Amino acid sequence: MAQEHKQPRKSTESEEAVEEVASTTEGLAERKEKLDDDIDAILDEIDDVLEVNAEDFVKSFIQKGGQ
Amino acid sequence: MSVRRIMGTETEFGISVQGQPHANPMVASTRLVNAYASAEVHARRARWDFEEESPLRDARGFDLAREAADPSQLTDEDLGLANVILTNGARLYVDHSHPEYSSPEVSNPRDAVLWDKAGEQIALDACGFASVTGEPDIVLYKNNTDNKGASYGAHENYLMNRSTPFGDIVKHLIPFFVSRQVVCGAGRVGIGQDGRGHGFQISQRADFFEVEVGLETTLKRPIINTRDEPHADPEKSRRLHVIIGDANLAEISTYLKVGTTALVLDMIENRYLTSDLTIADSVASLRAVSHDPTCSYLLQRDDGSTLTAVQLQWEYFHLASGYVEERYGVDADADTRDVLARWESVLTRLERDPFECAGELDWVAKLKLLESYRERDGLDWDDAKLHLIDLQYADIRPEKGLYHRLVRLGRIERLLDDAEVAAAMHDPPTDTRAYFRGRCLEKYPDSIAAASWDSVIFDLPGHDSLQRVPTIDPRRGSKAHVGNLIDTSATALDLFSALTR
Repeated sequence: MAQEHKQPRKSTESEEAVEEVASTTEGLAERKEKLDDDIDAILDEIDDVLEVNAEDFVKSFIQKGGQ
Repeated sequence: MSVRRIMGTETEFGISVQGQPHANPMVASTRLVNAYASAEVHARRARWDFEEESPLRDARGFDLAREAADPSQLTDEDLGLANVILTNGARLYVDHSHPEYSSPEVSNPRDAVLWDKAGEQIALDACGFASVTGEPDIVLYKNNTDNKGASYGAHENYLMNRSTPFGDIVKHLIPFFVSRQVVCGAGRVGIGQDGRGHGFQISQRADFFEVEVGLETTLKRPIINTRDEPHADPEKSRRLHVIIGDANLAEISTYLKVGTTALVLDMIENRYLTSDLTIADSVASLRAVSHDPTCSYLLQRDDGSTLTAVQLQWEYFHLASGYVEERYGVDADADTRDVLARWESVLTRLERDPFECAGELDWVAKLKLLESYRERDGLDWDDAKLHLIDLQYADIRPEKGLYHRLVRLGRIERLLDDAEVAAAMHDPPTDTRAYFRGRCLEKYPDSIAAASWDSVIFDLPGHDSLQRVPTIDPRRGSKAHVGNLIDTSATALDLFSALTR
């Protein structure tokens, strides 16, 4: 509910048109950034726990087949 | 009825002895199970009772000759491998070079998730108990492949009516299994059984399936497994053994996996599915769907029409929702309504943009993390770091596992809370025979000689021979049936006398 109240008020027609043009030209990368603007913080956290030598680590994970 | 049905899950964990890639996995798995047993299973260790096991019985109506069977199919000979029965009614043992947790029988999808997650915590505790100063740690992974050609399973079991023709099950389940991976796939970096192809795919298991129907589980894996070992009255019931699923970490993935499958099984049993949803070349289609994370691959029908896996899931959804409406209307139980609502919500968003499901579904959560890394670090799909992220997503340790990290960062939703999972590590479900098994092991550990899904065997003073109490009906032996009796029986002999009076 709180979020709904924070929605910006309807802009004028000309502003809307400008926004629309901008969003189509900005494309996918921009949209992705907006979707998750704190992704860098997440990746930093994940970096901290990733095993150090990725190549060796992945190579040494050897299993026997199961069911 | 509805999504409520006797069911359970089995998990074969990937196992790694840190710094020793060639360590014997059977030895390490045995060490784990024994360590857990020593720490958590008190007094005498009950044996697994193999009397009712028949892994070579085929649902199509014939038995495979023992000599014709691959040695890996012989699971009923007690090889002296570690094997314990837990007070929550589950079984923890060594199977095919992997530690395996088989959940107790439960009666609904949410409980299936609960006792599946309890199994992860039990496996984690086993690693802790097995840890010895000076020895390398053992780490477990809840995944299905080493990306070098080996795969191991995460199975589901559903009790079904014997009267349902097996052909109906095959016909209606194959298209469902080909498409359900868009909901419950666990995601994988690498294409092909050995993972050599570059790219991401939706399912861990898809590339390991080679035929439509068969008895094998370790070679020539079939989309529909015909093992017919009901662990119940074979005249009335069969156990559908589903081997095609991925091992899920995300609770909502597991929930939808078993919940939607249970709904489809209910429709099959009640002869509700009359339309033909068959798609062409199911084995190739299974892989093609998995290899396309945009979810736009078009499946072919015999009449020449095409549809995506999400659209095929929609067809099952609309049938299921119409079915529930028609059969139950406003009386539909809460579990069923919840599964339908979540299924609908996930399909709506998968169709719009799969990334909208990153907070619920394993494969999307994993893909989003991988794509973020690719973008930030400019990585190609063959980069070892992406393979590491795939592997480490499934590390069951909360401090190292990336699934657990994402949960803690608030990126993946949960269905359960830690307290109920902790309780389910020790307590059995109350509404199946697992209750009887679990309570007996908890209350009379010194008097239980052996147990299995369908029996508890007592060693009682004054009886020369062991006394076997069959638990052939999975719905009996519940708290409502025997709770009071166990509460008021001070000894196993009291209980046995009361049961046989």
